[in-house]
Amino acid sequence: MVTYILKRLVYMIVTVFIIATLTFFLMNLIPGSPFNEERTTNAAVQQNLEEHYHLNEPLAVQYILYLKSIITLDFGPSIKQPTETVNSLLGRGFPISAELGIWTVLIALVSGVALGVFAALKHNHLIDYMAMTIAVLGISIPNFVLATMLIQQLAVQLEWLPAATWSSPAHMVLPVLALATGPMAIIARLTRSSMLETLTQDYIKTARAKGLSPYKVVVKHALKNALMPVVTIMGTLLAGILTGTFVIEKIFAIPGMGKYFVEGINQRDYPVIMGTTVFYSAFLVFMLFLVDIAYGFLDPRIKLHKEGGSS
Amino acid sequence: MLNKILEIHNLHISFKTFGGEVQAVRGVNLDLYEGETLAIVGESGCGKSVTASSIMRLIPTPPGQIKEGSILFKGQDMTKCSDKKMRGIRGVDISMIFQDPMTALNPTLTVGDQLTEGLRQHRRVTKKEADAQAVDMLNLVGIPNPDERMKQYPYQFSGGMRQRIVIAMALICEPELLIADEPTTALDVTIQAQILQLFNKIQKETGVSIILITHDLGVVAKVADRIAVMYAGKVVETGTRREIFYEPQHPYTKGLLHSVPRLDQKGEKLIPIDGTPPDLFSPPEGCPFTARCPAAMEVCSRIYPYSTVRSETHEVDCWLQDERAEKYSATIQS
Amino acid sequence: MSALKEKQRDDSHSSIPDEWFRPKEKNIDEAESVVRPSLSYWEDAWRRLRQNKLAMAGFVFLILLAVMAVIGPWISPYTVSEASLADQNQPPSLNHWFGTDELGRDVFTRTWYGARISLFVGLMAALIDFFIGVVYGGISGYKGGRTDNVLMRIIEILYGLPYLLVVILLLVVMGPSLLTIIIALTVTGWVGMARIVRGQVLQLKHNEFVMASQSFGAKTKRIIRKNLLPNTMGPIIVQMTLTVPTAIFAEAFLSFLGLGIQSPYASWGVMANDALGVILSGDWWRLFFPAFFISATMFAFNVLGDGLQDALDPRLRR
Repeated sequence: MVTYILKRLVYMIVTVFIIATLTFFLMNLIPGSPFNEERTTNAAVQQNLEEHYHLNEPLAVQYILYLKSIITLDFGPSIKQPTETVNSLLGRGFPISAELGIWTVLIALVSGVALGVFAALKHNHLIDYMAMTIAVLGISIPNFVLATMLIQQLAVQLEWLPAATWSSPAHMVLPVLALATGPMAIIARLTRSSMLETLTQDYIKTARAKGLSPYKVVVKHALKNALMPVVTIMGTLLAGILTGTFVIEKIFAIPGMGKYFVEGINQRDYPVIMGTTVFYSAFLVFMLFLVDIAYGFLDPRIKLHKEGGSS
Repeated sequence: MLNKILEIHNLHISFKTFGGEVQAVRGVNLDLYEGETLAIVGESGCGKSVTASSIMRLIPTPPGQIKEGSILFKGQDMTKCSDKKMRGIRGVDISMIFQDPMTALNPTLTVGDQLTEGLRQHRRVTKKEADAQAVDMLNLVGIPNPDERMKQYPYQFSGGMRQRIVIAMALICEPELLIADEPTTALDVTIQAQILQLFNKIQKETGVSIILITHDLGVVAKVADRIAVMYAGKVVETGTRREIFYEPQHPYTKGLLHSVPRLDQKGEKLIPIDGTPPDLFSPPEGCPFTARCPAAMEVCSRIYPYSTVRSETHEVDCWLQDERAEKYSATIQS
Repeated sequence: MSALKEKQRDDSHSSIPDEWFRPKEKNIDEAESVVRPSLSYWEDAWRRLRQNKLAMAGFVFLILLAVMAVIGPWISPYTVSEASLADQNQPPSLNHWFGTDELGRDVFTRTWYGARISLFVGLMAALIDFFIGVVYGGISGYKGGRTDNVLMRIIEILYGLPYLLVVILLLVVMGPSLLTIIIALTVTGWVGMARIVRGQVLQLKHNEFVMASQSFGAKTKRIIRKNLLPNTMGPIIVQMTLTVPTAIFAEAFLSFLGLGIQSPYASWGVMANDALGVILSGDWWRLFFPAFFISATMFAFNVLGDGLQDALDPRLRR
């Protein structure tokens, strides 16, 4: 298990390093450098930039110093807003985005797994078909379409819930719903198919032959095995939810990190784009790392194996 | 004679599939006496596993369905039992062992947990008592260091060891009937012999009745008291081990015996049975073996043969037993 | 044995004519003929796909959509960028079937134009992923050993990169256009396909039936055509079918970040994004048509992919 964790840790660091490097050199590929004077609005900003990126030094030195600033979690200044740094934007936006993200993950997981298990147990019944049609719909309707539909129906037409901003639990309902439906549908489908496969296994037959109650057979014997594939795709789902926050925060005017990121893109505020990208990636890769560890605990072959090993 | 523990009577089981209804079991009659081992032999797909699973009502429903017939276990009809009552019988009165020991154990639970959970479900025992009993069982089936092994996961055991655990798991509530579905097929030959010895030992010590399902006549020869030969969803011949091995009557039984090597009959050629079993979507009207039978007659493809009783224990469904068939074969030979 | 009583001989058995007991001529062909007629892999898959009504509905929808993408802008009297100040924000009418936008452009024309862009982006992404994936995954799986090890480590790292973030980064640098969007989507998009191809090749390389064909002296070409291709293509086709909706979603998503196809051209994502500001004023048609077609297209590809998955899975053959 320890070797397994260490191995994952190395992958994590390598991935973050690659993203940081990629970001740096891609930005330097932009014709005329993203940081030259024509793009900046005033002298104070230019001053900040030169200080942070050491623009007078050769590229190699710039790169080293850039990596150093990332390790110390200093993501540099903003071009467009002289009083802001990427760190100050993150500090304000991240807690809000995190709140949105956590609720989304929780709701998607709980309802997705429940729906999937239910559909699998009622395999080929009407309930199964209905649940899966709803799930395919959930996967097919992009979150921004769902978001606008929800605003139009529940906020504008029926006036049940507030349409924008992030100031009370009621404000959170629509954005979380819009963001959670897709992942929930994916989890439901995956849980169902993996549950169906697990239910045909011999150890389920054995458990039933022991005279265990259906509840015990499903929860103790089937669910843990059936959830393994769900854990494996959690990384991809988290990435989807994270990028989904960009659009959702824009549509619902939520002052989270995604909103600043999208503003940065629209204004070509390159330091903000760079800093946020690296931060997002690092965060995501860290989440993947946690998911891998969780998987290790579920699978006794990894949990107990001294050499680690991924299969 | 001994008491019957199980009577299967005119059992019909079908499976609904996309292609239509598969009639997997088509009127099976079987008896099992206390303390004996009955082997059900036949090719894959002949309905032997389905018959065995149906005793504990473990066929998936739907698509499977018991269409007709009864399964009396100690006089109680399993086909009419409530689900709850059935759960009280499973693992307690009747236990089942499945073919592949590699998949019969749950990979994410410890062996000890899986061994004791049946006990804790059905009997009022503390965890400590259950563990002690499980250790005893592991000793019985020949697992060294049972105390330590209880805490391990299935992947830490070899195939033979896992099958021993599966057997221990099936026996822990001291059932009266043990159904073993191809228990040695997935194992190495040397391990097979050990497991079969274990079956004999267990039967001697606990007096459990055993139904052994297999396609391997070598296995049958070692452990079975009586044998039922199944073909295309029907029992075509039943008899004691001696009767089946030395006086086989049905051409299919003869074919099976000719297709396995025997040490006691030197120089005999191995003869495979030509062709494949019939499609059970639309089973033939007469004897299903007709198309592959070397002695087939007109009547075989038209009417299913009646059962001829040759002795107290030996019965066969074949037209060759009819005196009219003997008349013809006599004219041919002369 | 009492249980067997009713099976025993009765009068009807005695009345069977004697000549029925004459031994039959043995006919081996008869024994073999019991086997059902065998369908080829593709025939069988097609038969099962046709039984899946939802998948077929998706398939038909996609064909209709493709047809409309070609002829839609052509049958409409308006062009995609033709603005008319007199016709601003018109609801659907006989003149403008899907209404107009705030510049007086015809939403009907723009919707089919958007279908072209979305389908093109989706299909190109799937095709490019397919080519890179087959080459990369094929080499990795076929060569095995150290080559495989190195190539797989690279994939593992690429897999860890957040897909849409990389796409966004690339588009910020390259500037948004149809070409750069397709490039950005495929730069890391092929990884999934490569993994699947490698898995299939590995699995089949050591498969017993390939060895069996080799031992019968079958030619390599025949092995590939008869054994490898049908069994490998299933998961690959499914993956391609599911890449298309992912790419369509990504393109629409990028439009929301201002990184989509640029005006005056229309994509569904751009149209939906433009409509965001006016949903509060009740101009529902601006959002409805692009949103409906994005969702319906993704739905169609998803159900078709699911249907193909079931139809092409050799384990499910019956």
